[in-house]
Amino acid sequence: MKFIPYIQAMVNGLLVGSLYSVIAMGLTIIFGVMRVINMMHGELIMLGMYLAFWAYALLGLGQVPALLVSLPLFLLLGAAIYRGVVSRVERRGGEMGTLLVTAGLAYLVANAAQLAWKADYRSLPSALTARSLFLGGISLNYSLLWAFLAAVLLTAATYLFLIYTDAGRAIRATAQDREAAALMGVSIQRINMLAFALGTALAGMAGVLLAPVFYVYPYVGRVFLIKAFVVVVLGGMGSIVGAWLGGLLFGVVESVTSLFISSGYRDAVGLVLFLLVLLLKPSGLFGRSRM
Amino acid sequence: MRRLLWALLALVILVAYPLAVRNHFFLHLSIMVLLYALLGTAWNLLGGYTGQISFGHAAFFGTGAYTSTILLLRYGISPWLGMWAGALLALLLSLPLGWLTFRLRGPYFALSTLAFAEIIRVVVYNWDSLTGGGDGLNILTDLGGVVRFYYIILALAVAGFLVIGACVRSHWGYFLNAIREDEDAAEALGVPVTRMKVIALAVSAFFVALGGGFFASYQLYINPDLVYESQISIQMIVVTIVGGVGKLEGPAVGALIIVPLSEYFRGISPVANPLIYGAFIVLFMLFLPEGVVGPARQLFARLAAKAGDEHKHISAGAGASS
Amino acid sequence: MSLLQVTGLTRRFGGLVAVNRLDFAVESGEIVGLIGPNGAGKTTVFSLLTGFLRPDSGHILFDGRPLAGLSPHKICARGLVRTFQSLKPFPRLTIGENVAVGALARTADPRLSARHAAEALEWMGLADLAGRMPNELPIGHLKMLEMAKALATQPRLLLLDEPYAGLTPSEGAHFSDVLQQIRKRGVTICLIEHAMRFVMALCDRIVVLHHGEKIAEGQAAAVAGDPTVIKAYLGKAYARS
Repeated sequence: MKFIPYIQAMVNGLLVGSLYSVIAMGLTIIFGVMRVINMMHGELIMLGMYLAFWAYALLGLGQVPALLVSLPLFLLLGAAIYRGVVSRVERRGGEMGTLLVTAGLAYLVANAAQLAWKADYRSLPSALTARSLFLGGISLNYSLLWAFLAAVLLTAATYLFLIYTDAGRAIRATAQDREAAALMGVSIQRINMLAFALGTALAGMAGVLLAPVFYVYPYVGRVFLIKAFVVVVLGGMGSIVGAWLGGLLFGVVESVTSLFISSGYRDAVGLVLFLLVLLLKPSGLFGRSRM
Repeated sequence: MRRLLWALLALVILVAYPLAVRNHFFLHLSIMVLLYALLGTAWNLLGGYTGQISFGHAAFFGTGAYTSTILLLRYGISPWLGMWAGALLALLLSLPLGWLTFRLRGPYFALSTLAFAEIIRVVVYNWDSLTGGGDGLNILTDLGGVVRFYYIILALAVAGFLVIGACVRSHWGYFLNAIREDEDAAEALGVPVTRMKVIALAVSAFFVALGGGFFASYQLYINPDLVYESQISIQMIVVTIVGGVGKLEGPAVGALIIVPLSEYFRGISPVANPLIYGAFIVLFMLFLPEGVVGPARQLFARLAAKAGDEHKHISAGAGASS
Repeated sequence: MSLLQVTGLTRRFGGLVAVNRLDFAVESGEIVGLIGPNGAGKTTVFSLLTGFLRPDSGHILFDGRPLAGLSPHKICARGLVRTFQSLKPFPRLTIGENVAVGALARTADPRLSARHAAEALEWMGLADLAGRMPNELPIGHLKMLEMAKALATQPRLLLLDEPYAGLTPSEGAHFSDVLQQIRKRGVTICLIEHAMRFVMALCDRIVVLHHGEKIAEGQAAAVAGDPTVIKAYLGKAYARS
């Protein structure tokens, strides 16, 4: 019976961790293909969260319709950002330029969000948030459970897309070897855009799933960018499986350590974990050693 | 020789400035311009010259601010001394950060700096016995008037400019540029890549922290959100991009443009003000990625040539005229 | 004592053995050719020699001293320099600045390094182009630039990775002359190459790699006639013409 709090923490950690995995997946796909970090990844998540919030607050829409709407919306947004800004800067400025411009965009979007929606912390009143399923002494929050399920489905769908569709295979090929892929007729520009759009969509949808679980405010993107990065470092940059396992691991570690340390330092846990991984195994637990 | 004359002229103007301009607001503005010129120049050493983009330089700024303030409040040490201690601390802090992250490539470094800055912020926020936590720290001592602060930041900015200028004009400058362009090729040619990166980071951190210490004494109040905010990091980046990445005077020019502009927008709409930073980064990266300095120099060159003055004609590598 | 002595060099990538217990040596003043079909591990050998990759096992002795665990820039300081197959000029530096980097890495003394850089530029016929940018140069000149950069570091042993690729026959002949002159100045050369005509004419000795192993070694004619070598190349190797 003494173990119940630990098991509870682990279970919660796994549930939340699955969401971290989804966040990380978008980041890792973009990096795997384009070799750039999309610094506005967090802001895309934030936008997804606000989408879910306003969909409910203004239209009474639940999470499922919000998710369905967010997919095409964010795919288009990602493609537009890529075409309009990122691809141009990448051509002239390379890696450095892309880093800088996406950081600029991130800052712009976060501040625009603050301007539009005020800095107040919002939370999504979910009909399910308060209710929990009790299983052998462990309480499983319905909201979290549903998010976990959705995250699993989303991950599976992405995985299947990458393995079984032509576009997905082209993405994987480009991630493994750009030159070879180009020689075999893959249009690198189109694949970049596809990967960017896919990463954006995953971020947006992750935001929708996260909305009932975390507070929604304009600068929350920063928090998630760092979390996504920690997961990706844990799991290995460019590895989907790594992102999944890394997310779960991160979630569990965060949850279990919060039993022992004050809530203020809780955010630092992930960061310390990240530093440790950098120190000991920079290629990640499952990633390729090439960076 | 000509550059030296221009520099001396600029220096004379800057020194004489407060004697001519008595308006408090303009003096405040020029202090902020000089501060961001210093911060940007320091960031540029690592970012523009060495190609290592740091989004977490606020960590060093805040360290400088808190160190000098805590030394003043707890031990009565003058902030004009304390800020050097803060700078040294930031330098020491940068060493393990560099060691950990410079083994990795560009994007990793950028995100690591973000994480690093966040760690420091969380620690400072929670260690309230030392730092006052979220409430921050107040300085109640009178540290002087606006003119005194102007001359102090001027001295710091000039010092930073000279030191960093010396770094990039020496053979180190070649190394840093080479590292930015192609790390592997540089390493293969004998450039000690990791060591140079660490040096660039350390010098950069030192001067940013110096700026932080100054800022704390000037504002007389600091808290984690004020000095560890990513806005500080972003502002350093903006002035560098606008002025000219990888050019020594770039950040100074950028600060001259951005700071007054920012104040102007703050007057119109304080909430919308931060938007200009992000907007400027995006616009400049899209349309003027080399910054203002490069095209401006070309413009001056063309104007000077048109003036028909042979002695002023700048020719690349062809030796002195006449 | 050989300038470069390699014993038992091995390197794996996952399940693939890229270099398998390789032994070879390079004597001072030689021009040695390293040939083999694609994927034979030649560039990997260069990366191992210059510290860009760590060997899984084996020893590398340069000038009698082991190179184990040294970083590439330290190895360069010892006098072992490589060029890259995909040319790597510094895009936003001028030709002169490109060459200056290596010279300054060798010695911080401004006059000495300036002399080394100027010499390297002269040798490679780039002195007039010092103010230009790399993107203005045709590939022949870029190859020369790659060489000049390496020469500015005052190397003892130069590792050239496919220097003839992309050169016209006359450019190649000129390049061979340049290499002979460099050798006369005391620089030992080891090159990876596919252009057999140049390899056969230029190299004192040839080492043949296949699947990461040395399958033949010797003078040009002997190696060209070796049935194992011919088999490895499936007829693409040819005798002296």
